[in-house]
Amino acid sequence: MKSGMQIFVNGKATPLPAEAMSVLALVEHMQLTGKRIAIERNGDIVPRSQFAEVQLQADDKLEIVGAVGGG
Amino acid sequence: MNDALVIAGKSYQSRLLVGTGKYKDFTQTRAAIDASGAEIVTVAIRRTNIGQNANEPSLLDYLPPSEFTYLPNTAGCYSADDAVRTLRLARELLDDHRLVKLEVLGDPNTLYPNVTETIAAAKTLVKEGFEVMVYTSDDPIIAKQLEDIGCVAVMPLASLIGSGMGILNPWNLQIIIESAKIPVLVDAGVGCASDAAIAMELGCAGVLMNTAIAAARDPVLMASAMKKAVEAGRESFLAGRMAKKLYSASPSSPTTGMIG
Repeated sequence: MKSGMQIFVNGKATPLPAEAMSVLALVEHMQLTGKRIAIERNGDIVPRSQFAEVQLQADDKLEIVGAVGGG
Repeated sequence: MNDALVIAGKSYQSRLLVGTGKYKDFTQTRAAIDASGAEIVTVAIRRTNIGQNANEPSLLDYLPPSEFTYLPNTAGCYSADDAVRTLRLARELLDDHRLVKLEVLGDPNTLYPNVTETIAAAKTLVKEGFEVMVYTSDDPIIAKQLEDIGCVAVMPLASLIGSGMGILNPWNLQIIIESAKIPVLVDAGVGCASDAAIAMELGCAGVLMNTAIAAARDPVLMASAMKKAVEAGRESFLAGRMAKKLYSASPSSPTTGMIG
């Protein structure tokens, strides 16, 4: 398999299956479609409405978060 | 009696705010929160497990945001920057939700708040339109500064997070309450129902707790006890207590009409 670029998701080096990929494609690839999540890319929020437009770049640092129990 | 708690212009009937952590499972979480009567529940923001069971239940399935006011927190953050980033994510996660709990910790052993980082984060968040309920030490000067920055509620600790040590400095809390124009809620340190009642009798607008309920032998029963304690403490505060005297020459029964 031809290796795609690598990004960092939640602190973990993550190879992507394709050369060009949007945030939306990544969300689908990671089987997070329909989950309530929020994404930060290189320190900035990626609004859900822009998932399809924002293209990932090599070495992007993504934080993908959800709500969990806490006090 | 209409005695609503008003935070950032919104009214709440319950003055007990509860956390959603440390429960055995989501069913117990839900049962305890129902028993507490709380309308505002805190949640933490954490990295999503990637590649785990996609059908794993989530907290939101058990506590739908349509039924509760979520209060996303910054638990575990040790810098203003991390706290601000966390709450920006929370705002996006919860559809432009603005009411948040800011806490910036200073030490992993005691979980004591770092007030300088807290103040820095509060300034940024208020500027960005967040409605900030801020966890802080029981320092009246810091509490006033946080109010002046524009926080919507100030939440001093009763004692350290998770300690269950109760209210260690009622005098400081009283000074904070007397000088504040925004709601003052005790957050952290409550261990049992009487602690919550004492906080409310001091004039606190509310109490926020998690461990006192979740770590009780019977969390659901303790949640019910806390609900009653907060209500009782509030009514006791509003009713106005009698004056304390070392002794009284005024018995409760008539002094006339005695036999003999």
